[in-house]
Amino acid sequence: MDSNLNFIYGHLPYWLFIILMLSGLFIVVSRGNLIKKIVGLNIFQTSVFMFYISIGKMKGGTAPILLDKSDNNSAVIYSNPLPHVLILTAIVVGIATTALGLALIIKIREEYDSVEEDDIQKMDQKDLKKYNKKNVLETNS
Amino acid sequence: MALTLKHLFAVIMLSGAFSLVSAMLFVVMDAVDVAFTEAAVGAGVSTVLMLATMALTVRVQKETKRPILFPLVVVCLVGVLLIYGTLDMPNFGAFDSPAQLHLGSTYLSITYKDMGIPNVVTGILASYRGYDTLGETVVVLTAGLGVILLLSGLKGRKDKE
Repeated sequence: MDSNLNFIYGHLPYWLFIILMLSGLFIVVSRGNLIKKIVGLNIFQTSVFMFYISIGKMKGGTAPILLDKSDNNSAVIYSNPLPHVLILTAIVVGIATTALGLALIIKIREEYDSVEEDDIQKMDQKDLKKYNKKNVLETNS
Repeated sequence: MALTLKHLFAVIMLSGAFSLVSAMLFVVMDAVDVAFTEAAVGAGVSTVLMLATMALTVRVQKETKRPILFPLVVVCLVGVLLIYGTLDMPNFGAFDSPAQLHLGSTYLSITYKDMGIPNVVTGILASYRGYDTLGETVVVLTAGLGVILLLSGLKGRKDKE
């Protein structure tokens, strides 16, 4: 019984990050507004970062900045620095993709005068029908 | 939160607040470098970019009816799979997890000898994984070029018509 409780406590952080990630995924899939989709993507991203950092965390550890430079075998426990490095890179790449997505949204709004996915799809369908009709007329004549 | 709000300004501000709170969480999990990058980039720059986008496009979301069942099913399925995947993982904060045993402790012991920098994260980022950082710079450059190319053609269509 005690080991079960221990297991649940030890895994609860991971599950919370997964739930946060799912809420981001839900926003991306279910909302039609493109800006909201980007916000959802950000939540998704950040929760993955949290998950990664949580893997490097050690109980009772401290930030990986050496306190005592001369002695490597001191009693101080440092958390794993490698996930921090990877996530540092990932955050910067994430802002780059966000900026590109937002630029695309501005361009889409310029062309379609809307940032709602449903409207954009309707307009695309209409354009496609018009194009097909024109092609049929041309081949007939 | 971001699901039901119609005003995009509130949504964007909440997302900035979320970034700030997540930065605090990173501090709690000993990742101070990540925390201040997240606070500067996530809560600062990306909020400003989103606000600029909002100012150039629309402020209020349109009322639309979208199916909710299918996304919910997809999300639940993904969630079940992911939680099933965590069952094999070591406990949070464990000392003997595979992630702690090899590379991390090696870096902790050799970084100061090789680099003379007490901050291990900076040491790894700039030297052992310097090529990663170079690649990251290339990604940022590409994204910047993409943004410039996309936005430099603005208003071009209206002039043509």
